Amino acid sequence: MKARNNRMASIRIKEVFKSFYKTKIIHGISIDIQEGEFLVIVGPSGCGKSTLLRMVAGLETVSAGEIFINGRMVNEDEPMERNVAMVFQNYALYPHMNVFNNMAYGLKIAGTSKKEIKTRVDNAASILQLEDLLERKPRDLSGGQRQRVAMGRAIVRKPDVFLFDEPLSNLDAKLRVKMRLEIKALQRSLKTTSLYVTHDQVEAMTLADRMVVMNNGKAEQIGVPLEVYDYPATLFVAQFIGSPSMNIFKGNSNNNAVTFGDSIEISSKTRFDGEVFVGIRPEHLIVDPDGLLTVRLKITEPLGANTLVYGTVKGTNEEVVISLPGTVEIDSLKNEMRLSFQNKNIHIFDRKTNKRIG
Amino acid sequence: MRRTVIFKGWKLPILLLLPQLTITALFFFYPAGQAIWESLFIPDPFGLKSQFVGTGNFEFLLSDRYYRNSFRTTAVFSISVTFLSMGIALYLAVLADRLIKGAGIYSSLLIWPYAVAPAIAGVLWLFMFNTRVGVVSWYIGLLGYDWNHVLNQGEAMGLVVLASSWGRISYNFLFFLAGLQAIPKSVIEAAAIDGAKFWRRFRTIVIPLLSPITFFLLVVNIVYAFFETFGVIHTITSGGPQQATTTLVYKVFSDGFVGQDLGSSAAQSVILLFVVGLLTVIQFKFIERKVHY
Repeated sequence: MKARNNRMASIRIKEVFKSFYKTKIIHGISIDIQEGEFLVIVGPSGCGKSTLLRMVAGLETVSAGEIFINGRMVNEDEPMERNVAMVFQNYALYPHMNVFNNMAYGLKIAGTSKKEIKTRVDNAASILQLEDLLERKPRDLSGGQRQRVAMGRAIVRKPDVFLFDEPLSNLDAKLRVKMRLEIKALQRSLKTTSLYVTHDQVEAMTLADRMVVMNNGKAEQIGVPLEVYDYPATLFVAQFIGSPSMNIFKGNSNNNAVTFGDSIEISSKTRFDGEVFVGIRPEHLIVDPDGLLTVRLKITEPLGANTLVYGTVKGTNEEVVISLPGTVEIDSLKNEMRLSFQNKNIHIFDRKTNKRIG
Repeated sequence: MRRTVIFKGWKLPILLLLPQLTITALFFFYPAGQAIWESLFIPDPFGLKSQFVGTGNFEFLLSDRYYRNSFRTTAVFSISVTFLSMGIALYLAVLADRLIKGAGIYSSLLIWPYAVAPAIAGVLWLFMFNTRVGVVSWYIGLLGYDWNHVLNQGEAMGLVVLASSWGRISYNFLFFLAGLQAIPKSVIEAAAIDGAKFWRRFRTIVIPLLSPITFFLLVVNIVYAFFETFGVIHTITSGGPQQATTTLVYKVFSDGFVGQDLGSSAAQSVILLFVVGLLTVIQFKFIERKVHY
């Protein structure tokens, strides 16, 4: 394989299914990934997101459907024929090789000249600040350094596609934020098409050009992070994206009037008759003496920048979380608090299908 | 990381060491000392009196063609048993490791031969290869080859190697399988994505990561081939034909207890002691250094 710079590739996942024996893991997913795009697949554990990534890598077979890289169907291709690089959750460094050889392994197999290998590894090492560690074995590295070597191993090969399988899960919280920024900066400068799998919605929101929210082997929503945040397509997405998660109340829709809680009535643009869920994000609830929503307070969690207030809705006893800016003294909180909200921040989902209707 | 325990007095540590030291003294130092002492004498066949000969027993042994041959026999035998049993075990372990269904059943079945006592294993193989009634030798006969390990030295060696390796495969298989399963799957997958095909991955990733286990098995198998194959050799060939399968250990037995030359037998034990000591030093000095990663 010849050396190429900033190779970009499109990935097309078309109606892909996966089952292990009789267990169905993925029930038909279609995603188009543009050249140079950073696509993040986010979902709870067991939703099939890693399996999907491994199918793109060629580590799992595709039960039905097709995967294209650069317009070429790769279903039957071996991992090595797809020109992808993967960063694993546990880094998967070769424990018996030093950092240099870990990064050079793929190049050696590809038959790259020694001089070229050295140039590329040194270049990657300087990008990732690994110059002083090239002689070390993986066991002598910290978690963050191992992570960097795994990244280095991916970039020296100049692949068409980067695949990340929860690469930051094994790092502590602080390092995770740091590496997240580094990965983002690296991808922006290399412009290599990337597919990134995580269960962490913050990682998904911050890294993604576009994100796919997966649940139970299905893509619930595909879109730009803020669009997914502002207009969640399903009840699952609404609750999965955003922390703390969205408050959900049972309600009823009659033509374009929606009632929920203690007979609160709001107008809605959608014409719908039937049972619905009404969702409001914790940060969209405002303390207001004239507010429609009355909440019995239970406990507060001061986080410094904001305070989380937990309580139940008067009348229905449904759980509710409110995120208030700044510090709110518990003394100043009476037993009850009235809250208001803006109608544009209300999300309405059909209770039968769990799909967004307004 | 090494953790050191510091004791306040010396009584408790001595007490804790005592059982092991007693066993070592009673079953190792005492017999070893006895052997060294006896190697300096030639006792009469009835054990009534013995005559001091100094290094006479050793001088005789080193000039004895059969004894020198026994070194060669032992080397051929040990190396063959070790490589055959480890090679087959590794091959089976690689196959079992790739299985998704039924791996447990295959593993259990493969472990069975280890439960068979060496002498019984020897008898089993002896019957199968018996020159008159053996099943295998009959089939070999159908192919036009006249199997006769009673007369043919090479065939005798082949048979004892085969019988000794057979039970050993189980033991090695278990360790190799455990070793293979301890290699993180993602490391192999990373190599696959890096472009390494099966053989390349096996050579550059699997073998190096298995090296600590391979080294352990090498030491254990050589010790086995030296000392624990007595039963197999005794039942199948009794060291014959013409001492072709007489290993150093077997010769200690046959010269001492069959030939009644107890002085020579003791001297052989002493030589064996040094040979094994030397082997151990070589193994740990030169090989162990290379197997850490």
